[in-house]
Amino acid sequence: MKTSGSISRRLTVLLACVAALLSVLSWSMVTSFARQAAERTQDNILEASASIIAEALRSEDGEVRLELPYSAFSMLGAISEDRVFYHVTQGGATLTGTPAISADFVSPAPGQTRLNTTTYQDEPLRVAAITRVILAGANRVAVTVYVGQTRYGVSLIANDLSRTAALLSIAFFTVAVALSAVVARTSLHQINVIAEAVARRGPTDLRPLRQTPPQELAPLLQSLNRLIDRLSRSLRQSEDFIAEAAHRIRTPLATVRAQAEVALHSVDDVTEKKRMRQIIRAVDESSRSAGQLLDHATVAYRSENIPDTAIDLAQIASTATAALQPTADMKDIDIHLDANTAMVRGDDVLLESALRNVLDNAVKYSPPETSVTVRVRTAGASGEITVSDSGPGLGDEPFEKYTERFQRGKNAEGTVGSGLGLTIARDVVLAHQGRIELTNNEGNGTCVSFILPRA
Amino acid sequence: MRVIHFAASLILALWANASAALEVEEQRTYPGTGPTTLRILSTADLDVFEPFLLSFQASVPEIGIDYTVSSSAEVFRAVAAGEAFDVVISSAMDLQFRLANDGFAQSFVSDATEALPDWAKWRNLIFAFTSEPAVAVISTRAFAGLPVPRTRQDLISILRENPERFAGTIGTYDVRSSGLGYLFATQEARISDAYWRLSEVMGRLDPQLYCCSAQMIDDVSSGQLALAYNVLGSYAGQRLAGPEGEGLQIILFEDFDNVMLRTALIPNTATAVTEAGAFVDALLEVGNRTEKGEWVLPPLAPSSAQELSFGPIRLGPTLLVYLDPLNRRAFLESWQSAIEQTPD
Repeated sequence: MKTSGSISRRLTVLLACVAALLSVLSWSMVTSFARQAAERTQDNILEASASIIAEALRSEDGEVRLELPYSAFSMLGAISEDRVFYHVTQGGATLTGTPAISADFVSPAPGQTRLNTTTYQDEPLRVAAITRVILAGANRVAVTVYVGQTRYGVSLIANDLSRTAALLSIAFFTVAVALSAVVARTSLHQINVIAEAVARRGPTDLRPLRQTPPQELAPLLQSLNRLIDRLSRSLRQSEDFIAEAAHRIRTPLATVRAQAEVALHSVDDVTEKKRMRQIIRAVDESSRSAGQLLDHATVAYRSENIPDTAIDLAQIASTATAALQPTADMKDIDIHLDANTAMVRGDDVLLESALRNVLDNAVKYSPPETSVTVRVRTAGASGEITVSDSGPGLGDEPFEKYTERFQRGKNAEGTVGSGLGLTIARDVVLAHQGRIELTNNEGNGTCVSFILPRA
Repeated sequence: MRVIHFAASLILALWANASAALEVEEQRTYPGTGPTTLRILSTADLDVFEPFLLSFQASVPEIGIDYTVSSSAEVFRAVAAGEAFDVVISSAMDLQFRLANDGFAQSFVSDATEALPDWAKWRNLIFAFTSEPAVAVISTRAFAGLPVPRTRQDLISILRENPERFAGTIGTYDVRSSGLGYLFATQEARISDAYWRLSEVMGRLDPQLYCCSAQMIDDVSSGQLALAYNVLGSYAGQRLAGPEGEGLQIILFEDFDNVMLRTALIPNTATAVTEAGAFVDALLEVGNRTEKGEWVLPPLAPSSAQELSFGPIRLGPTLLVYLDPLNRRAFLESWQSAIEQTPD
């Protein structure tokens, strides 16, 4: 059956996509946080370094003096191998250091610290600035200390953490995909339960589904039950129609035959008698054909719902034999019944109809003043009905040909028949999980066997 | 670039006595079979470096070498002024570091640089290939009858107790002109107060001031000096091994030692970058050797004696501290007042 893909797979893929999105999102967030943290650490160190230098400022003889403290630089070199620059200005004029790093920097107000990122020698440079007012002689001089450091170490730490975060995200994604598959399967479990319940049903089980569906499946289940209901009602109607049709056709035909019989006896003219006999034969044939057609239709509908009733094949054989007795008598054919009890399970109406059709064939194709034998036996796990006649036997055509609808054997040419008899028998036997066997008798005649599982 | 030039000119201004032309002490060219000549600017004397240059050329004969020796201050000034060299080698770590920090060096990565320990390189711009302690060299004759000083404190006591014996026979770097001397002095002053006490004591003894280790050791060897303080152990070791080594003794003080890293960098002005890389690789390979070998310059791996100390002077921004002109002025003032005393 062509499907539009698996819900489970689609659900898994969708959940995996969500997991991937979340993984990427969490990775980029961790990366950005890591960078921020590393940058903040660097900022703190730069500020500390600048303030240590600022604290070393002193005035001597009316001049601002500075000896750069060793610790201010050792802390800068402690974490990373970053390039370091500094600049100290006194009232705007350079006291020492590299002026370029503070070129685009507004010096902070006294006592304040300011951080800025600038570009120096094509590399980003983080600069911390701190301003301190020194009393040099009688003058108050604002001295600003700038300490700058490249961000190589920051990138190193951030990239390192980013790599770790990426690995974690991949791990998270892998686990999420595995869980998605489990979740998808669990969610679809109820659908599978219902689908299996539907699939497990026999082909003729038309009872409504009794499973309690999840909310989403309730409409589907309701529609399905409504459909089943409509189907079973229409099947019942068809059966009723068939029964009605059978009744309506057979009854007038019986009347016509009876009247023709009366007419046959009331005419003396040989030609008239011959014509009457032809009418009777034609009516018989019509009645038989109608019966077979209706049998076939009945089989088609009833075989979808074989009841589990125990029936005796001997009983069936005896009823069918009794029904065919008048026809056999007309040809002086002796129906010999040799029946032992053989219990099977199934529909007695169908089995009788099947046997009647086979027996009818046997009587029809057997020459007058011969005998037809009906045997009922049990053999191992099977119950068997065998009908042997003394007719022309089967041709050498394959067995399937005889059981096809409206197909007749070569040896049947010249005899009136519809070709439905064996088809009905086969359908019934198959509906009972049995099989049908056709063989030629030694000498002449045909042997038809129904082999059915025993009850 | 404007900014770099500005920085460079500022740095130039700090070295007031700098003249436009590079003051070359020694220069030798070793022609190669190919067209490329590697221009090397170094503070290491030719007789120290020549064995390495020859072995390098033996392995890569197509590269010619032009080896120029100058003082560490001159080396710094030349590179900062943008003079074209392919490899710069200097014993003044602080100046080398400054060149790297201020953007005059280019990055170089190879298997050899990756193999270096972290403390021996900085940002793949500057690479150490020796670690050389500062030592004292004494004339055993001048110290006859006196105990051999084991710490700086011992030395201070000995000098203080024998002023007439040591007057005028103490040699040390003139830190105003020697970059390496300034580095050793500032690091020592940072680590221990003993440095200033020692300087005071030396100052009273009319010390002789030198530009370079080699001359100081020569003068100890000739008997002119009784003690050379803060000379390069590698040079002293070379001298001790020679015929004039008799009567010399190297003292590695036990209280702490100052270990300098001799470093190489490839300046931005380098044109033969590939060959410069090969040269640095060869240097680092020699620097990473485990056996002492024949070369005078010691390997990078610390000797057992040095393991007791803090390790070599750290390659990092702390080296910038004493390069600051204000700090330099303050330090030189203190140093001058300690060393240049009128003898009693």
